[in-house]
Amino acid sequence: MSTQQGNRFFFNVDWITILLYVALCSIGVVNIYASIFNGSTGSEFNFSTSYGKQLIYVITGLILGFSILLLDAKFFSIFSPIVYGITMLLLVLVLVVGRKVGGNQAWIPLGSFRLQPSELAKFGTALLLARYIGTFSPKLRDVRSIFFAAVIIVIPLFLIMLQPDMGSGLVFLSFMFPLYREGLSGYFLLIFLGMIVLFIADFLVPIEILLPIVLAIGGLFIYQNRRKQKIMFSSIIVTVVAILYLFTVKLAYNKLLEPHQKTRIEIMLGLKTDPKGAGYNVIQSKIAIGSGQLTGRGFLEGTQTKYGYVPEQSTDFIFSTIGEEWGFAGCFTVIALYIFMLLRVINLAERQRSTFSRVYGYCVASIIFFHVFINIGMTIGIIPVIGIPLPFISYGGSSLWSFTVLLFIFLKLDSNRMGFI
Amino acid sequence: MDNLFNRKYIIQGLFIAIALILLGTLFYIQVASDKYFLSAESNVLRKLYTFPARGVILDRNEKVLVQNEPVYDLMVIPNQVKEFDTLALCHIVGIDMKRFKKSLNKATVQSRYQPNIFEKQLSIQVYAALSEQLSRFPGFFVQSRTVRYYPDSAAGHFFGYVKEVSPKDIEESDGYYRPGDYIGKAGVEKQYNDVLRGEKGIINMLYDVHNVPKGSYAEGKFDTLAKSGEKVVSSLDFRIQKLGEELMKNKVGSIVAIEPSTGEILAFVSSPGYDPNLMVGRQQGNNYMDLINQEKNPNRVFTVRPIQGYYSPGSAFKPLDALLGLQDGVIDPNTTFNCPGYYMAGNHRVKCEHVDGNIALRKGLARSCNTYALYVFQKLITQKKYANQRIAYDAWQQKVKKFGLGEKLGVDLPSERTGRLYASDYYNKKYGKSWRYTTVISLGIGQGEMDATPLQMANIMAIIANRGYYVKPHLIKAIGENKVIKKEYARKNYVDVDARHFEPVIDGMQDAVSAPWGTARQSMIDNIIMCGKTGTVQNPRGKNHSVFIGFAPRDNPKIAIAVVVENAGYGSSYAAPIASYITEKYLKDSIAVNKRASVEWMKKQVILPLPPKPKVKLKPLLTDSAKKDSILKSTQKPKTLGTPPVPAKPIQTVKPIQTAKPIQTTK
Repeated sequence: MSTQQGNRFFFNVDWITILLYVALCSIGVVNIYASIFNGSTGSEFNFSTSYGKQLIYVITGLILGFSILLLDAKFFSIFSPIVYGITMLLLVLVLVVGRKVGGNQAWIPLGSFRLQPSELAKFGTALLLARYIGTFSPKLRDVRSIFFAAVIIVIPLFLIMLQPDMGSGLVFLSFMFPLYREGLSGYFLLIFLGMIVLFIADFLVPIEILLPIVLAIGGLFIYQNRRKQKIMFSSIIVTVVAILYLFTVKLAYNKLLEPHQKTRIEIMLGLKTDPKGAGYNVIQSKIAIGSGQLTGRGFLEGTQTKYGYVPEQSTDFIFSTIGEEWGFAGCFTVIALYIFMLLRVINLAERQRSTFSRVYGYCVASIIFFHVFINIGMTIGIIPVIGIPLPFISYGGSSLWSFTVLLFIFLKLDSNRMGFI
Repeated sequence: MDNLFNRKYIIQGLFIAIALILLGTLFYIQVASDKYFLSAESNVLRKLYTFPARGVILDRNEKVLVQNEPVYDLMVIPNQVKEFDTLALCHIVGIDMKRFKKSLNKATVQSRYQPNIFEKQLSIQVYAALSEQLSRFPGFFVQSRTVRYYPDSAAGHFFGYVKEVSPKDIEESDGYYRPGDYIGKAGVEKQYNDVLRGEKGIINMLYDVHNVPKGSYAEGKFDTLAKSGEKVVSSLDFRIQKLGEELMKNKVGSIVAIEPSTGEILAFVSSPGYDPNLMVGRQQGNNYMDLINQEKNPNRVFTVRPIQGYYSPGSAFKPLDALLGLQDGVIDPNTTFNCPGYYMAGNHRVKCEHVDGNIALRKGLARSCNTYALYVFQKLITQKKYANQRIAYDAWQQKVKKFGLGEKLGVDLPSERTGRLYASDYYNKKYGKSWRYTTVISLGIGQGEMDATPLQMANIMAIIANRGYYVKPHLIKAIGENKVIKKEYARKNYVDVDARHFEPVIDGMQDAVSAPWGTARQSMIDNIIMCGKTGTVQNPRGKNHSVFIGFAPRDNPKIAIAVVVENAGYGSSYAAPIASYITEKYLKDSIAVNKRASVEWMKKQVILPLPPKPKVKLKPLLTDSAKKDSILKSTQKPKTLGTPPVPAKPIQTVKPIQTAKPIQTTK
């Protein structure tokens, strides 16, 4: 660090994370090139093509990132309510003036550029959540503090669900991790997990079988804890709620979800196959990834990629290009880079002196993690098709810049960890 | 640091755990399973086929018997079809709108993205008209292939035919055949399909998601060129094949001629025949239905009579009696039997055509003496060296089988039949242990429970011509440059009768043709010594069958022949002259001028059985003793052509003989 002592702005910046960031962005540009490549030779580099544009986005993203490093670290904490407020206004605005793209009213056209407020809402929410916990240091054990934290998360979640953009909405569930880190009971995570398990089981197992199973497990808990009144009492409540939940899920599923969302869930659960329709993307994506085998077909050699068998391949399904052309080795590398980056960000977060910076760091890691997990899970068919991008890799300026801003704000906070905020 | 610091590890652990789930799934679909790899191949790879020309078939003189003609299939790729003038297309191709819609629907159901056959085998004229305007019909294109053309319109049974593959053929072909391909379904086309068909060429093309071709796969490394089928040389001599078919026109029966030294079949006539060209082209289905229509073609056109027709060999069997008698030493050429005009089997008289008194081998064969033949048979079965007559019968049956009776000869055609010749078990079951030679006496003159195909009869002649052996008869003598197509078609099968025993028998057969007292004088040929034997075979469905078997010349024989003309009466009246014309044409290349008129006369004869009536008049036939080779109250059995023998029927008809009483042996 002594070599950078003289550089006031880049003092203490975590270059490892920046390196990982650049690596992932480069993988993105290369694979977007491959996704667009259609087999005809002699396609020269061109800034009007997707990969050309993405390269511009990466460069401007880096400029944006380094500009953030130049800002005063105190800025983010102080202005977080304002940033949050603006993004919420934009989320409302998009519902009014937004342009419908693919069934979702998620974009505000700004000349040739389209703004996606849900992207901005992610770090807006992260900032305010960090500010709330950092300022008031709630233990998140009492109903009041949990309620306030929940309100901060639920407002953008609700507005995004109105678009409706289920994918971006789901990402807001990732704030559960920073809350957990700051003292939220682990039961919330378990309940969340239980809800997912019951949700899936509700579709796969007929209610006549599922109900006795839930009752039996609940009964076992109640019986085992019959001497500890408090735990027994909560066990009874959990069992009752679980049973109510089972019935509500089916009802909500039938009444609330759009038909295409239902189909996607049914396909993911293997209840329905529809290779020509809604299942087409996933099947083709799995075929492309699976055909990569151990070492892949090689750069620009993927037939599924070249000949356009996977739709939306440069955006949401970019991972299928990596899978086909670079094989399991490539997939492993990309996932390893992400995990390395996420663990690094969490480690950085833990070394912060200010709670604000730590909470924000956890938010960053969790948001990125959710995107990676949902996106890759979707391309290999273990998660329903939810249109969210793969961070740093998927084509698109809006998404790349918002992830860049998200990450670099944290890097700025981290470089300033010795100072006070 | 607070006590919540440890939660960092839980969160990090969760991240890693979920990353491992992703990697595990990826490992499964990428490395452990090749399902997706194969799906990817089938996504982009289309195999385009080029069709080879089927192999040419030649006759033994290298005359082309089958060639290929181009035809054009109209193909369609349904998803490339855009709006167009459907009426114009229908008009050019010559179909109506109903058929158009049906074909297009069928294609769409099969595959929207792959070429499907829309209309098969357009003629060259339609093709010419169509190709000018093809650009008006997006999604349609023409694919050429070849079909068979048989320039002589003859030998339908020999060729068989080629037809679209059935789902079963596809299943059994290990992926070679695809719907719409053609395969040999009968005759030589079926038997030698694997060499005649050649190999399809494959072009592996890559297609993108919009079904636009993107060039060849792996620089064409896995592409193959179509390989034409092999040239196949048949053993037929088409000069006599055609003559035979002309002679058999409007008659029912067969001609089989074999070159004795090689087993090569020279003529293979089955009548009624059909023009093999009828089984080619768009009208194939209709023509087939016409040919099997009982009203239009009552005589079972598709029965391959030379290998499927069952006939009692009748007198044609008598040389075998003599040969086996000589070999076993129960007679010598000079042994005489007394023929009073009949033979007594127990208390049943088997009539002979003539009263010859004491008669020996040579004359016995020449005059086709029933009495002589039956005495020899009696002696064979009553030999002392066997413990009982049933064992003796089995020994006899085994020796007869050596001559190719009762078993498939293994000719290179599908669906050959065995003929009929039972072992003692059969009679044991029928009569218990009490039966004896008198029970089966009719076998001695080739009647009763014995049937032979014309091919088997001709083969017996080849054995006699060869003085003791035969080569398995076959129709194909060479494939491409390969002269020996199968070892068994070159091997000599010996019948275990010494060569010296043949000369006296051949003497008798020569006399049958050339001595004044012979029965087959109608088959004499100038300057050629022909040896033969007539047969007049009883048949419950109508007049007797006219049979002739023989070979020529006597020394160094070149041709062995069997002719059967159903319901034509005496062997000497039709079968013998037909055999002689064929033999003369084959040996001399032309028929003597003075005989040509009779050849033409023969061609014009119409001898067709009356349409079958229910309840055949069995009674009159049984009492009709005016025929040669007949046995009083003898074994009458329905001759069923093309259907397997029904054992139930003969049982009843033979019964009378079973009531055996003290036998009178006349010696």
